[in-house]
Amino acid sequence: MTTVETKIQPDKAIASDPVVNDFSISVATMNGSGSQTSNLTLLRALFKMGIPVSGKNLFPSNIQGLPTWYTIRVSKDGYLARTETVEIMVAMNAATFAKDQAALVPGGVFFYANDIKQAITRDDIVAYPMPVKKLAKESDAPASLRTYVANMVYVGVLAQMLGIDPQRIEQALDFHFKGKEKPIKLNLDVIEKAAVWAKENLAKSDPYFVEDLDLTEGQIMASGNTAGALGSIYGGVQFVSWYPITPASSLAESCIDFLPMLRDDPETGKNTYAVVQAEDELAAIGMAVGAGWGGLRSLTSTSGPGISLMTEYASMAYYAETPVVIWNVQRMGPSTGLPTRTSQGDINLTYYLGHGDTKHIVLLPGSVNECFELGWKAFDLAERFQTPVFLLSDLDMGMNQWMTEPFEYPDKEIDRGKVLWEEDFEGLENWGRYLDIDGDGIPYRTLPGNRHAQSGYFARGTGHDDYANYTEDPEDWVKGMDRLLVKFENARKEMPLPEIVSRDGATIGVIAFGSTDPAVCEALDYLSEDGKEIDYLRLRALPVVDEVREFIRNHERVYVVEMNRDGQLHQILSLEVPERATQLISLTHNDGLPLTAKWIQGAILDEERN
Amino acid sequence: MATQRQSKVNLVNLSKSDYRGAPTTLCQGCGHNSINSQIITACYELNILPEDIVKFSGIGCSSKSPTYFLERSFGFNGLHGRMPSLATGALFADTTLTGIAMSGDGDTISIGMGQFKHVMRRNLPMVYIVANNGVYGLTKGQFSATAEEGLALKGHGQNPYMPIDIVWEAVVGRATFVARSFAGDPKQVRELLKAALSHRGIAVLDIISPCVTFNNQDDAHHSYAWGKNHEVALHDLSYVPLAEDIMVDYEEGESKEVDMHDGSRIMLSKLGADYDPTDRSKILCMLEEANKKQELITGLIYIDTEQNSLFDMYNLPEEPLNRLTNDRIRPRRETMDKVNAMMF
Repeated sequence: MTTVETKIQPDKAIASDPVVNDFSISVATMNGSGSQTSNLTLLRALFKMGIPVSGKNLFPSNIQGLPTWYTIRVSKDGYLARTETVEIMVAMNAATFAKDQAALVPGGVFFYANDIKQAITRDDIVAYPMPVKKLAKESDAPASLRTYVANMVYVGVLAQMLGIDPQRIEQALDFHFKGKEKPIKLNLDVIEKAAVWAKENLAKSDPYFVEDLDLTEGQIMASGNTAGALGSIYGGVQFVSWYPITPASSLAESCIDFLPMLRDDPETGKNTYAVVQAEDELAAIGMAVGAGWGGLRSLTSTSGPGISLMTEYASMAYYAETPVVIWNVQRMGPSTGLPTRTSQGDINLTYYLGHGDTKHIVLLPGSVNECFELGWKAFDLAERFQTPVFLLSDLDMGMNQWMTEPFEYPDKEIDRGKVLWEEDFEGLENWGRYLDIDGDGIPYRTLPGNRHAQSGYFARGTGHDDYANYTEDPEDWVKGMDRLLVKFENARKEMPLPEIVSRDGATIGVIAFGSTDPAVCEALDYLSEDGKEIDYLRLRALPVVDEVREFIRNHERVYVVEMNRDGQLHQILSLEVPERATQLISLTHNDGLPLTAKWIQGAILDEERN
Repeated sequence: MATQRQSKVNLVNLSKSDYRGAPTTLCQGCGHNSINSQIITACYELNILPEDIVKFSGIGCSSKSPTYFLERSFGFNGLHGRMPSLATGALFADTTLTGIAMSGDGDTISIGMGQFKHVMRRNLPMVYIVANNGVYGLTKGQFSATAEEGLALKGHGQNPYMPIDIVWEAVVGRATFVARSFAGDPKQVRELLKAALSHRGIAVLDIISPCVTFNNQDDAHHSYAWGKNHEVALHDLSYVPLAEDIMVDYEEGESKEVDMHDGSRIMLSKLGADYDPTDRSKILCMLEEANKKQELITGLIYIDTEQNSLFDMYNLPEEPLNRLTNDRIRPRRETMDKVNAMMF
């Protein structure tokens, strides 16, 4: 029997006031060891306790063996960005044991698998051993599953030592295993035994605790890729062609998962959609453009290298005026770069994708909820303006689980744009596929299958006149390209508006977009404490609307915060408001990890001191 | 019916001119023009509505061709080597349509080899014509990948590489309909086109189509002269539409009949050695033997009418996808709560 006296006492208890609901946990494991279930269980249990929480998987490009970290931030203040500090480390990987120990803040906590026979070298941390192998071996798990359930040991130990509600853990497991009794019981068993072991053998000597809050009520937890897929489904997507690539694959895979439930015809059981896994991104975009031309709401999803391959068809779709929706879930480039690390380095590439004069509508979701919203809106814009519409997400947004507002059913009817069917030709005097009848730069299109004898036309990426006939006539060429510009300027007026957060007395501003939003919001709170009141504009689309130009004009200086080296959004904005270009200050950070508030705060303070 | 025939219209009341396109801008004598006119004739004779056809092409002389036939049909002149993907997506929009794709040897076998292989693997129901002339015409006569080893072309020296055989690639790529013909044999081209239009699956037609400007020397393998002197037809082929019931007067063992999915038939009457186009296992030996003898084998080389087409693999509704109304493509409002609940 274990008594209090025999409890493992860390070398040195850290004297401190309790720290409740405000710290980061990092779980250091080996890729492919099955720790994801454990990490998500912790994340979800904390979320269900009502504590704002974010989880980020910092993983290598590897299937098995390389080190990987999962960070969980709990924040009573609702901050969801990554932090630069780690207060609690779970060390399951011998290869990174020393590094993980060194990463802790002074006073931090080090839970480690006790089969790792390496020294605890720091005396300013609390170290708790965990008998991971022993408890896994004692579980009912068959030998083949032992490495997986071993990860549940740290769930149990952390639950006990931090005060995570066991009921919430059960809820999380129930969700993860979709109510399947056997795996739930197996894992729960290990967790409970580990918690009991911790209770009997570890003396709490650190200040970190979690407690119930009520700050996640009504929120859901999802990844941007799942949200993007669902948004597309509610947007009426009919055709998905894709090629596997990190970090975009799960978007198409989520379409495959959810389409049967949501879009099989209830009466006939027939599919109102088709999904094709293409042989490469060249074919994925080719199919998507073909389907878009054929009148289907079509989508392809990829990341930077795939976007490069899709360039020529995007250029054709722009010129031949074919609707298609393209998700770019960004990862770190150039080249193969860091395939499993996040970045916002494709904004220039995507905005101007194609040879010749091309520019595109680019939507910039800034939350998981917005991946859903802009996901369905993209189709209306693509068909309304008969052009490719890009959505720029990134690995952090796309692949990690975020707490977010629930998805809202589209508040607008589907807009299929200007399409003529057989009956529309009755009394129609003069129609040409590229004839600008309404003077808004948007012609009327017809779709294959239209049996009216005048409806057919030969689409092409080569020079064409109003009637889609081949031409090399200089006037026809200029006329066509000028009309595309008129169309683009009309599209500008329909772009999702930016979100502006103003603070009293602010004379300077920040512009950012996408997944950096939580870090920016948090940084602006800190800067306010530093005496710097700063307004914030979160950009939601390109081309920019007038509100963006006004924001830039109305501030003494505006910081443009983004995750790339060259300040790509800064360049675009400088061109949009050239007279204010010198008042736009680029702040960039691009190391593959999600941006932190501390970095933004420091970068702005540095600039402000100059 | 007889009076209609006199006024030169077909069963769907269209005259042959309803199947034409814009005047050709290809060179006079180009094999492609001959193929185009057989497409026009085949569609006219089969009473196909131009609106039921969608044309596709890539880039090159061949790919310009769809402008010159079936003007009333929809069509899309896509990217170099990437017409198959474009066609795949487009035909999903309305699977009642028949695709006719026009490509060339550069478009299909060089830049387009990947998409060519994969469109066969998916068995997209489409007639895929390769107008094969062994050169890049539009860029002024460079060697293509089907040019024979040692071919000498003005300004380009001698071709050092071995050629790729389109038929061989199609057979290995598991195309369900593979034929070769010669633009100088218009009747065979026409009958093969008709058969291909009835095939439910990918129908690859490798048609040797001489380039009169850059590669028509008598000893060049893609020339008219070489084709005329070396063509060996596997059989005399005629296509019998569903409505027509003709008596076959061939001797027993002298002919073979292939039943198509739509009830039509292909009649193959024996010309030389026995040849069974449903037996894939012997094709490569046959082609290799012919190659050694410098024979240009033409005819229906392989056919499989049983394999599922791409659209058979999908559970699509009866109405074309591109005609589904908005209420059928957006899930109902009440599903939203359920989805949110699934997110945890």
